[in-house]
Amino acid sequence: MNPTENKTSCDRELNDSLRVPLLALFGGAAVWLVVGLVLGLIAGIKFHAPEFLGGCPLMTYGRVAPAANDALLYGFCIPAALGVMLWIFARLSRNPLALPLVPVVAANLWHLGVFIGTVGILLGASTGHTWLEYPRAAAVILFAAFMLITVSAAATFGWRNEKSLYPSHWFLFAALLWFPWIYSTANLLLNSNQAPRGLVQPIIGWWFANNLVFVWLALAGVGIAFYFLPKITGRALASSGYALFGFLTLIFFGTWCGIPSGAPVPAWLPALSSVAAALTLVPLLAILIVTAKTVCGARVSCMGGSFCYIKFGMMSFIVSGILYVSAACPQYSRILDFTWFGAAQTQLQLLGFAAMIFFGAIYNILPQVMGRPLPLPKFAKAHFWLAIVGVLLFVVPLVIAGVVQGEKLADPSIAFADANSAALKFLRISTTGQLLVLLGAILFAANIFIMTIQWKLGIAKTVIAYLKSPLETASASASASLRRDQGEVES
Amino acid sequence: MKTGISVFLAAFVALGASWCGFVLAPMLQLGGAKQTVVLQSTDNWPLQRTGDATLGLQIYRAYGCAACHTEQVRQTGAAFEITLNSLGVQKPADFIEFTKSLFVLPELAAYTNAIATGLNDWNGGLPKTLLTSTDKDIVTEMADRLKAVGVKSETRIVATGADIARGWGSRQSVAADYLYDQPVQLGGLRAGPDLANIGVRAPDANWQLAHLYAPKSVTPASTMPSFKFLFEVRPVGATPSPDALNLPKEFAAAAGYEVIPKPEAKQLAAYLLSLKANVPLYEAPFTPVMPPNK
Repeated sequence: MNPTENKTSCDRELNDSLRVPLLALFGGAAVWLVVGLVLGLIAGIKFHAPEFLGGCPLMTYGRVAPAANDALLYGFCIPAALGVMLWIFARLSRNPLALPLVPVVAANLWHLGVFIGTVGILLGASTGHTWLEYPRAAAVILFAAFMLITVSAAATFGWRNEKSLYPSHWFLFAALLWFPWIYSTANLLLNSNQAPRGLVQPIIGWWFANNLVFVWLALAGVGIAFYFLPKITGRALASSGYALFGFLTLIFFGTWCGIPSGAPVPAWLPALSSVAAALTLVPLLAILIVTAKTVCGARVSCMGGSFCYIKFGMMSFIVSGILYVSAACPQYSRILDFTWFGAAQTQLQLLGFAAMIFFGAIYNILPQVMGRPLPLPKFAKAHFWLAIVGVLLFVVPLVIAGVVQGEKLADPSIAFADANSAALKFLRISTTGQLLVLLGAILFAANIFIMTIQWKLGIAKTVIAYLKSPLETASASASASLRRDQGEVES
Repeated sequence: MKTGISVFLAAFVALGASWCGFVLAPMLQLGGAKQTVVLQSTDNWPLQRTGDATLGLQIYRAYGCAACHTEQVRQTGAAFEITLNSLGVQKPADFIEFTKSLFVLPELAAYTNAIATGLNDWNGGLPKTLLTSTDKDIVTEMADRLKAVGVKSETRIVATGADIARGWGSRQSVAADYLYDQPVQLGGLRAGPDLANIGVRAPDANWQLAHLYAPKSVTPASTMPSFKFLFEVRPVGATPSPDALNLPKEFAAAAGYEVIPKPEAKQLAAYLLSLKANVPLYEAPFTPVMPPNK
C-alpha cells in the first residue's frame, strides 16, 4: 500500500498514542475469545452427553450456545477488528491516533457490555432473537462504546497528513457506518416495549444477522487484509479497480441476503434474498482475484506468521461465502435449512475467516506498538497450526453432518431420531476441532497478557528508577526509547 | 472513490436500500397484521394464549429452547386426495374390477399404476385413500364416477412435503400463526423435532411434563437433556399431590417421594400445549379430518 512509509519520529508518536487503546481492546478480546470457546465447547459436549452440567439451569444448551457465539462475535471479533482499524487509520493518515483516551474508555465500556450481555443470557435474560440475544442494558453500552470508537477513528481520519484514500479505507469506513445503523435499528425495533408484532421480528432479525455476520465481518476482514497483504508482500494492492468493484457489489448485493428461502413470510422477501445471494458471487470473485494477484509470487516466507494467518483467512472467506450463497439457493436450502450446515458456515465465518485475519493483524501490530518482539513467538506459530487444524476439524465434519442430516430429514420414511444420530457421529470430530481452536486461543491470550505484563513491569521499573536516582532519568528514558526503536526495526 | 464523502454516500445508499427493503417494507406490509378468519368458518385465528401459556413462552425464550427446536412447518405443495368411506352394496373384489374398467380413460392413464398398486394388497379396510393428485379435474371426475356406482367417497385438500408426512403439521406455517408471539422464535436448527404443532401431537399435559423431567421416559431415543431443575422431588405428604407426575417405574422418584412440577414447568407445558396451527387458512388451505367447529 505504502511500502516506503518512512520511519520517522512520527512513528514513535503514533505507536505511543495507540499502545493503551489497542491493549485495552485486544486484551479484553483475548479473554472473550477464550471464554466464548470454552462456552462453545460446553455446548458441544452436551450433544455427546446431554446430562453434562444438566443440573445447572445456567448451563442449558439454549443459553450456553448463544452466549458462546455472541462472546466470539461481540467479545472477540468486533473489538479486535476495531483495534486493528484504529491502527490502520492512524498509519494511513500518518498521524497519531486522535483523542487516544476515548477508545480506551470505549474499550472498557465495550467489554463491560459484553460481560453484562453474557451474564444476562446465562441468567435467562436473552431477547430470543438470534445474534441479538444481549439484553437492553448491554446493547445500550455496546452501542455507546462503538460510537466512541467511531469518533476517534473519524477524528484520526479528519486530521490526517496523508491525503490519499486506499481500498482499505472504503471497507473500514463502511464497517464503521454499518454497525451503528444495523445495531440501533435491530435493537430499537426488537428490543423495545413496542416491538412490531408477528413475523416482522424474524425478518428484521435476519436482516440484522446477515448485515452483521456476513457483511460487517466481510467489510472489516477484507479491509484489514487489503491493508496487510500489500504491506507484508511489499507491493501495491493488485488492481484497485477490482477492489472497488468488489466493494460496491458487496455492499449493494450482500446486504439483501439472509432471508431463508423456505421462511413463512411473503414470498417476495426470500425470492429477492436468493437472487441477491447469487449475485453475491460477484464480489466474492472480485475479492478473490485481488487477493490472489497480490499474494501470488510474493517472496515472503510464511511459516506461521501474520501472512499465513491472513492468507488462510481470505481462503476461508471465499469458502464461507460460497457455503452461504449455496445455502440460499432454494433447491439446496430445502435440504440444508434447519441442519448443522448453517452452524458450520457461521463458525467458518467467525473462526476461519474473521478471527484468522484479526490474529494475523494483531501478531503484526503488537510488536510494533509495544516496541518489543512477541514474548513467545513459538506460541504464535503453534497457534497458527492449532487454529487451522482446529477450524478444519470443527467445520468440515459439521458441513457433512448438515448435508447428511438434511437428506435424512427430507425423507419422511427415516425416523427423526435416526437423522439426528447420523449427524451426531460427525459432531464428535467437530468437538475435537473446537478443543484445538481453544488451545490455540489460550496461546494467543498468553502472548498478549505476557506482553502487557512486561510492559507494565517496564513502566514500574522506569518509575522506580526515576524515584531512586533522579539524576539518571535522562539516560534511562533515552535507553527506553532506544529499545523501542530496536523493536520497531526488527519487526 | 477518491474522497471520504463518496465512500460514505455509496455505503449509505447501499445499506439504506436494504433497510427500506427488509425493515421498512415488511413493517408496512405485515406490521399492521390482525387476526384472520379460519377457512369456511367464522372463528378467528390465531387465538390469544392463556396467561400460563404466555408466561411459558418466556420460559421457552429464557432457556433457549429455540436453539434446538424450530416452530415452522414447511410444505412443498398441496394435492387433492380421494378417500373411500363406504362401498355401498359393492364388494371389494367388485370394486377393484370396477376401477380396472376406469383405466381405459385417457385422462386417468397417468394414475392407473398408482391406483392399481394401491389396491393390490387391499383387504377391504376403510377408509382407504384411492388417489392423490394435484390435478383437480381428474379428482373431480373420479369422484363423480364413484358416486355414479354408489360408492361413498370424500375429496380432501392435503398439504404435501416431508414435514407434513412426518406428522409435524397438517399445513405449512404462515405469518398469521405468529401474531401473538413475543418474541417470535422460529428457530434455525432441528436438533429436536419441530414444535409448531406439539400441542396437537401430544395434547396430554402429563406427557409434556414427563418429557421435560425425563425425556427418555416418553421418547426412548430422545437426545434432549432433562430439565429436572424445573421440578421438585419431595416426600409424599398425608395425601399425594394431584400435581405429581405419573412416570414409568425406572424414572419415578424413590418410594415415598413424588415429583412435583414447579410453576415454571407448568407454564412451559401450557405454552407447548398452546402450539397448534391446525386450522385451514386462506393462504394455507387443507381439509381438516375433524372440522374444528364440530
